[in-house]
Amino acid sequence: MSSAKIEVIEKYCKGCAICAEFCPKQVLEMDAFVVTVARPQDCIACMQCELRCPDFAIKVHKG
Amino acid sequence: MSYDYDKWIRPGKLPHIWCPGCGHGIVMKGLIRALDICGLEKNNTAIVSGIGCASRLPGYIDACTLHTAHGRAAAFATGVKMAKPEMTVICCGGDGDGTAIGGNHFIHACRRNIDMTYVLMNNHIYGMTGGQFSPCTPTGAKASTTPYGNPDPIFDISKLAIGAGATFVARTTAFHATQIDKLIAEGIKHKGMAVIEVVDDCPTTYGRRNKFRSVVDMMKVLKDTAVPVVAAAKMTAEQLEGKILTGVLYQENKPEYCEQYAKVIAKAKGA
Repeated sequence: MSSAKIEVIEKYCKGCAICAEFCPKQVLEMDAFVVTVARPQDCIACMQCELRCPDFAIKVHKG
Repeated sequence: MSYDYDKWIRPGKLPHIWCPGCGHGIVMKGLIRALDICGLEKNNTAIVSGIGCASRLPGYIDACTLHTAHGRAAAFATGVKMAKPEMTVICCGGDGDGTAIGGNHFIHACRRNIDMTYVLMNNHIYGMTGGQFSPCTPTGAKASTTPYGNPDPIFDISKLAIGAGATFVARTTAFHATQIDKLIAEGIKHKGMAVIEVVDDCPTTYGRRNKFRSVVDMMKVLKDTAVPVVAAAKMTAEQLEGKILTGVLYQENKPEYCEQYAKVIAKAKGA
């Protein structure tokens, strides 16, 4: 069980899907051009999604 | 813990204008992290840009920023640095702005070895003005002004900067996000002209004309074609065909321009 919490700022997300594609644990999924956290329990807080989000739309809070 | 970018962003400016998946946003985050790594203060940091998609970057950053004429970022930045040598001066711009319209200013800033950092975002195209080909559009690639393929050979920005006299030259890609802040921070700390070339993607005006089905495809190409310089030293010319070398490509110490100019001022005053 992961203690990391992924915060998606939906009004910033433009739906490029970079975060979902390069997540090593497939935690994120795209839903109608906005990213959703589909499997939060699998998150390992590697921060790859936050680093590569061009739109400042993802924040990963480590537990 | 998530990174606090907000302290370097002007309130109410987000979301930015860049297209979905544009690498400039990733570069802006890297630049903000680099400003923090170097411990810079807002009042003592000048970020200068010309015209273009990449040149919109300083508008979002809460520091001393200057949005100038097309291609003239290096010229204005030289003026800022000469007037206030104690300031940290950073230039931002794209490949068209920096190497075509502002090519002359770029090479002469490199030649003088003035203490500034030029973050050059190479997305292979003039994005904002409608997808015209730039000096960095690969040979054979399509742009709005080369619908049958671009016949021109490309500029290698890093080699151009080294040849012109820049004393710190590095390259990375938008995919390698953690490397962006490290290289920009090294460039800021370097005394002299630092050129950081960040190869990124333009899905809207370059990608869709050149058979990239999505932003993710463009990112995968950046991931697959980048080779660190250390690894490249052990590879053959055939293996390196079509690859992008990343990392610090060149570094040396040479007299810095503002210091040399201060000596001229002292001499003229008869000191």
